[in-house]
Amino acid sequence: MPVYFVVLAILGLTTIAYHYGRKRALTVSASSNHLHSLPHYYGAWTAIWCSIPALAVLVLWLALQSTIITNIVIADLPSAITDLNEQRIGLVINDIRNYAEGRITSGEISLGIAAAAKHYKELKSLSRMALVVIVLAIAIFGGIMALRLISPDFRARNTVENIIRGLLVICSSIAILTTIGIVLSVLFEAIRFFDQIPITQFLFGTEWSPQTAIRTDQVGSSGAFGAIPLLTGTLLISFIALLVAVPIGLMSAIYLSEYASARLRAIAKPILEILAGIPTVVYGFFAALTVAPFIRDSGGLLGLEVSSESALAAGLVMGVMIIPFVSSLSDDVINAVPQSLRDASLGIGATHSETIRQVVIPAALPGIAGGVLLAASRAIGETMIVVMAAGLAANLTINPLDSVTTVTVQIVTLLVGDQEFDSPKTLAAFALGISLFLVTLVLNVIALHIVRKYREQYD
Amino acid sequence: MTEIADSTRIVKESLNKRYASERRFRRLGLMAIFFGVSFVLILFADIFSKGYTAFLQTQIELEIFYDPAIIDPGHTNDPQVIGKADFAKLYKAALKERFPDATSRSARRDLYNLVSNGVAYSLRDTVLDNPGLIGTRLTLWLVADDEIDMLIKGHIHRDAPESDRRVSNQSIAFIEQLEASDSVRKSFSWTFLTAGDSREPEQAGIGGAVMGSLFTLLVTLSLAFPIGVAAAIYLEEFAAKNQFTDLIEVNINNLAAVPSIVFGLLGLAVFLNFFGMPRSAPLVGGLVLTLMTLPTIIIASRASLKSVPLSIREAALGVGASKVQTVFHHVLPQAMPGMMTGTIIGMAQALGESAPLLMIGMVAFIVDIPTSPLDPSTVLPVQIFLWADSPERAFLERTSAAIMVLLGFLVAMNALAVILRKRFEKRW
Repeated sequence: MPVYFVVLAILGLTTIAYHYGRKRALTVSASSNHLHSLPHYYGAWTAIWCSIPALAVLVLWLALQSTIITNIVIADLPSAITDLNEQRIGLVINDIRNYAEGRITSGEISLGIAAAAKHYKELKSLSRMALVVIVLAIAIFGGIMALRLISPDFRARNTVENIIRGLLVICSSIAILTTIGIVLSVLFEAIRFFDQIPITQFLFGTEWSPQTAIRTDQVGSSGAFGAIPLLTGTLLISFIALLVAVPIGLMSAIYLSEYASARLRAIAKPILEILAGIPTVVYGFFAALTVAPFIRDSGGLLGLEVSSESALAAGLVMGVMIIPFVSSLSDDVINAVPQSLRDASLGIGATHSETIRQVVIPAALPGIAGGVLLAASRAIGETMIVVMAAGLAANLTINPLDSVTTVTVQIVTLLVGDQEFDSPKTLAAFALGISLFLVTLVLNVIALHIVRKYREQYD
Repeated sequence: MTEIADSTRIVKESLNKRYASERRFRRLGLMAIFFGVSFVLILFADIFSKGYTAFLQTQIELEIFYDPAIIDPGHTNDPQVIGKADFAKLYKAALKERFPDATSRSARRDLYNLVSNGVAYSLRDTVLDNPGLIGTRLTLWLVADDEIDMLIKGHIHRDAPESDRRVSNQSIAFIEQLEASDSVRKSFSWTFLTAGDSREPEQAGIGGAVMGSLFTLLVTLSLAFPIGVAAAIYLEEFAAKNQFTDLIEVNINNLAAVPSIVFGLLGLAVFLNFFGMPRSAPLVGGLVLTLMTLPTIIIASRASLKSVPLSIREAALGVGASKVQTVFHHVLPQAMPGMMTGTIIGMAQALGESAPLLMIGMVAFIVDIPTSPLDPSTVLPVQIFLWADSPERAFLERTSAAIMVLLGFLVAMNALAVILRKRFEKRW
């Protein structure tokens, strides 16, 4: 892998540059005995110019090379191939790539493709060689230019510090870039979906069966994209989860912060927090293989017909998963309620529980509500538990014993194992993704707003 | 007089009621805690009881004759010829020798199925390593088939009706004969810890998934730690309070609560489709998890920077250090333990995450153990997800055992975080 060597070479050059920068600073200042900054800042200045431009070019080159090479190869393909639709070209490109790298190709290789593959290979090795030469040249050139600028009056410390500040700004902008990336990428694919399926059908349709027909005479592949059953399914499971998590989380937070002895608190609190650290796939496994059969069997004893992928099982386990969210957030807000309020209530003769119910909880209510909203957004976006324990059939029902499906389950089933991104089926996943993103975003914004506004009250 | 007596009575009665409700309330709180704690215990007990047996593997003792007629009929000693030989015949012959009575077709089939078909490959490898074995006889412990393994471990009941179990009466008879001569044992299964995935439970292991997780976490750590710390330093120490920094703050807080699967969609659309990065590669998984864990690390690092007292900064500035020198020479070293604790917790979160990795193709069935962040691979939680779907009883055991390993890693990481906090935390 030459890229490793290039990176290593840049690092080596950078060390040398640092050394020479420092040395040069000492030489230029030897006669006048005057130097603006400490010598190692001159070393750092040279090292920065040697490494950062070269690394930036390297990353950009690696990110863009495959797209550019593919486009050049496509442009040079005979027109018989370029006239095909997008999907077929994708297949041809795959064939060319596989052929060039000596892997298995689909069917016969025509002469045109063999030539293109040769072309692709040549371009690729050319790009590799050019990469090594250009990047190393930039590194050496940058280092030398930086060295030449060094003089006793050169303000190396200020320049280096400004560069460091710039890097810090770039690093913190990544959060914004990520959000923009999520919105743009998912939105872009979602818009392509809504070109093919009207948005009203997606939002208000009550039937979901994303299998589109490959042949027109196929049965059972109507391709209906109504998201209502998914939304009700998601809400049903989240509701069950909240029904478990809110009372238990709240009550344990109250008990731990108001009643429990220091010893019980020291033991029980970390154990409850373990629940937040268990990977969701473990919960999913537990829900699917232990809880769901248990609920089905006990339902059977009561004469109820329970689906083996019931919403109840997934919801219960998901509820347990979000107990720590509710309890730790409630714990925070309950502790933030000033002791004076409690003392006043106890002083006029209220019992402890009356104080909690009528003074502490109302005072902490906005914070608790914020915590519950955050927990709800967790539940809506949770994936693995429902993928493993909830069903795939999009039933429009609110019966918790039935099998329902959720938005996240459908995103996973639509995208896993599929490589093409132009059928409404796969694009639908992005439409679901953007809906999920927006719903959780709204919930989070409201929740964070409530929590923050409340906190300011007693500070 | 009666009025006072009346009101004391009323107060007493109501007091009794109020005290009763107080007790009820306390009991409810205790029950909530009891529920949470007992769920944790049940979950762990369930998984441990299902999984611990997967660390043992049933083996059967047989005398193998490295028959030259099968391995190398032409006495060529050519590794290519030896490599192509049918080594399954070796253990089949040994089984036939051991049970000469089994002559019918179905008995023979049951007999051959006692031993894992992976044994043929391991026999081949030993012969290729040491061709001198050809023509000798050796008594070996061979890996049993997964159904036999389940039978020996008691997951398949011998007294159940034959139609209800996947092991025939004939096979049980064979096993009982072998047991009578002490030729069946359970030994620690290195295969489970070191092998890659396989369709055969007795040959499947978590080695590939662990390596995949390791590479993914390496990529995540090497990106998320520097970027997260840098972002936290900027926001806490340098940023002026303006709209731009407000925007960053809001973004970080929101990203911390965005469903992880949305990050998977981002990875799919941007890294795979736009930049054309390889599918199923730990590199891409690491990038996605970096974006996902950054908010956690930034928030923890900021809290840690905030706890460094102002006096340290003022002292450094007072003796003439620049702002950057103050931060990097004096504040950062004090805040480092807290930042590392936050990073470890973020890494633990990344280690347990599977949903976004499903989106970028890390769910493929991959037998080879990855050797670089660019090789296709899967990660431990996704391996658990894949095995949980398999119908074989033996995979249930392996899934639970893989969960035990995953939980073990998580416990170790969290313990490290706690130790770091205890050891280096300063109270100012």
